[in-house]
Amino acid sequence: MKIALTRLALAASCLLLSGQLLAEPKRPECIAPAAPGGGFDLTCKLAQSALVDAKLLSKPMRVTYMPGGVGAVAYNAVVAQRPADAGTLVAWSSGSLLNLAQGKFGRFDENAVKWLAAVGTSYGAIAVKSDSPYKTLDDLVAALKKDPGKVVIGSGGTVGSQDWMQTALIAKAAGINPRDLRYVALEGGGEIATALLGGHIQIGSTDISDSMPHIQSGNIRILAVLSENRLDEPEMKDIPTAKEQGYDIVWPVVRGFYLGPKVSDEDYAWWKDSFDKMLASEDFAKLRDQRELFPFALTGEELDAYVKKQVAEYKALAKEFGLIQ
Amino acid sequence: MDTLSYLGQGFGVALSPYNLVTALTGTLIGTVVGLLPGLGPINGVALLIPIAFALGLPPESALILLAAVYLGCEYGGRISSILLNIPGEASTVMTTLDGYPMARQGLAGVALSLSAWSSFIGALIATCGMVLFAPLLAKWAIAFGPAEYFVLMVFAIVALGGMAGDKPLKTFIAALIGLFLSAVGIDANSGVYRFTGDNVHLADGIQFVVLVLGLFSISEILLLLEKTHHGHVAVKATGRMLFNMKEAASVFVVNIRCGLLGFFMGVLPGAGATLASAVAYMTEKRMAGDKGKFGKGDLRGLAAPETAIGASCCGALVPMLTLGVPGSGTTAVMIGALTLYNITPGPLLFQQQPDIVWGLIASLFIANIMLVILNIPMIRIFTRILAVPNWALVPVIAIITAIGVYAVHATTFDLFLMVGIGIMGYILRKLDFPLSPILLGFILGGLMEQNLRRALSISNGELGILWSSPISMSTWALVVVMLALPLLRIWRRRSARQRALADA
Repeated sequence: MKIALTRLALAASCLLLSGQLLAEPKRPECIAPAAPGGGFDLTCKLAQSALVDAKLLSKPMRVTYMPGGVGAVAYNAVVAQRPADAGTLVAWSSGSLLNLAQGKFGRFDENAVKWLAAVGTSYGAIAVKSDSPYKTLDDLVAALKKDPGKVVIGSGGTVGSQDWMQTALIAKAAGINPRDLRYVALEGGGEIATALLGGHIQIGSTDISDSMPHIQSGNIRILAVLSENRLDEPEMKDIPTAKEQGYDIVWPVVRGFYLGPKVSDEDYAWWKDSFDKMLASEDFAKLRDQRELFPFALTGEELDAYVKKQVAEYKALAKEFGLIQ
Repeated sequence: MDTLSYLGQGFGVALSPYNLVTALTGTLIGTVVGLLPGLGPINGVALLIPIAFALGLPPESALILLAAVYLGCEYGGRISSILLNIPGEASTVMTTLDGYPMARQGLAGVALSLSAWSSFIGALIATCGMVLFAPLLAKWAIAFGPAEYFVLMVFAIVALGGMAGDKPLKTFIAALIGLFLSAVGIDANSGVYRFTGDNVHLADGIQFVVLVLGLFSISEILLLLEKTHHGHVAVKATGRMLFNMKEAASVFVVNIRCGLLGFFMGVLPGAGATLASAVAYMTEKRMAGDKGKFGKGDLRGLAAPETAIGASCCGALVPMLTLGVPGSGTTAVMIGALTLYNITPGPLLFQQQPDIVWGLIASLFIANIMLVILNIPMIRIFTRILAVPNWALVPVIAIITAIGVYAVHATTFDLFLMVGIGIMGYILRKLDFPLSPILLGFILGGLMEQNLRRALSISNGELGILWSSPISMSTWALVVVMLALPLLRIWRRRSARQRALADA
């Protein structure tokens, strides 16, 4: 009898304990490693509302901002200062991976954190003003081949950034050195649109989500979207991909989250499980569409493999373009 | 005629009791957020977006709330500038130059009310400009490319040359320090890191908030500490809390001029309130010549930047509403909020959702009037800050400043950097260096370098691009006028003296 009672108590406490282990982390927080208003902010806010809507978190996560180096500051802060904090999610994008690959994240590499989830993606796009003489990607490549110094290309980042990589890949396709391009570094999609509309640049290397409003108003055309297949949206299905025009250039801009390196496996499992549930729900799909993101759901080990593969690819590209030795 | 009926409709939206309460709440929250050093309109607006969304506010009310917060923050920023010599935002740096001396002379109430009045006129001018010319101006604004911005920066720097005053060498060195600080961080064109010492925290450069709060707030705290040893001279605000008609009339022309200037600067994406206030102040200082007592509590020196800030804030909404292009950091955040409501700002907004656009414009009028009415009774409370003894004031400022910086960046590195910059600021102040040229060198230097290099990469290194468009040509003409003004004055004075000699 006594043994039975002890067993019962043990079993109960085990249940309690496991219940506690599976409970949501205290004070969940999402760090957007940039100033308010950008893509990282959007990523955090997406998870913030989706997790509450799907009743996976009882209270919305706090969203805090830690700008610096496309995520480098937040990466270092999490790895060095709060590696075991189960409540801290940090947003990342393909841009963060690209900088990681180029060694711009300080002394840490891609193995320093626990990659949790990818929640959506946008795609690179090559934009022109609607009255531009270039009608297809072929027109642009032909013009570049003839005289790379004649075409002014603007993009939302520096040499070595995602936007630059897109143009570099096109230059490669045209058989010219990306360093010969007339390249203007602007800040973000807003500036690209302004410069295109004002006729200061002829080509904008940007992403599809940022350009949508201007495409709808008829001021900007997209020569090519850098996705595998045409995008499945009523207003985007007429935009040709680079692939169908004969250029094998695909440039997704994936967005997701990682956790600190010393977060316990149980907590990691809880988050993975919650994200799996969230990513499968229809409400989430609606929220994601609202933010002009396309489906791209990976969690856990699959994501980890994707990240490592991506970083290796970026490293190879960066070497090829002479960005790293 | 269409415009007027739309505007009427807009007032209909904005004047509904629900939206009036929203605007009132927004201005109140904004004032408080703006009052805290370090927290500016960007933070205020970013903070409220999820709340507005969670409350389920309809889109027009949400937009009204955000616009009211935006204006409120800009207003709140001046309170600490005038009373404590600590600019609450970047744009109010110029307000400290004459606002703080006025407060020291016991005219704190007058300074606060006059600045509210000036920014009201500025906003009024800008809102009228927006109603009449928004689509037209949008076209003009996008014609500004990197080359035109570069010339505009040259103009601003020439205008600021007047700042040198009686210590040209020290001003020059201070501006150079600012220039150097702006060079820290990733180089936008080549992707190379400059002066970061391999520290990821410096990858994006020094944050403006950290620099402002370090230079002004921390060094002010150190100075206050030093003064407590020598006994504290409390400043009593005079009984008069409001400016009188004579004072308002004396700055009226300044208000109109700076309102127009601020509006145009605000419409240009990327120029913004900081540049507008700096250029307005220096232009007025030049125009006043030797007769003004700028820097020692001149009413015009207070009215000029305040009007320009008020006007440029409203002007910044023009590119956002008409083109979907952010006119300032804050409007960039507001565009994000609009997309949450599935509203895409841009050329179609005026046709597709006139309710929202005109409701917003009308609510700007209303929010501005509210700010004036709301703040006049509060001035009495604000000026009490002056009576707080230093032993209480210093720690409170220190805490608020630290919270401000930490809230924005969430890293301790920035706190240490701020203290470091503060100590440097204190030493520079002791050596009698002016601090505002550091800030202006920081902002203008960064923008100027960026735009020059962008312009030259567009033209493939040909300098001709810098004077090839009509806009840059006319800006160069303004530069020449700015340079010629003091010469003209010297020449006139000399000829007057010669005439006097000849008469004698």
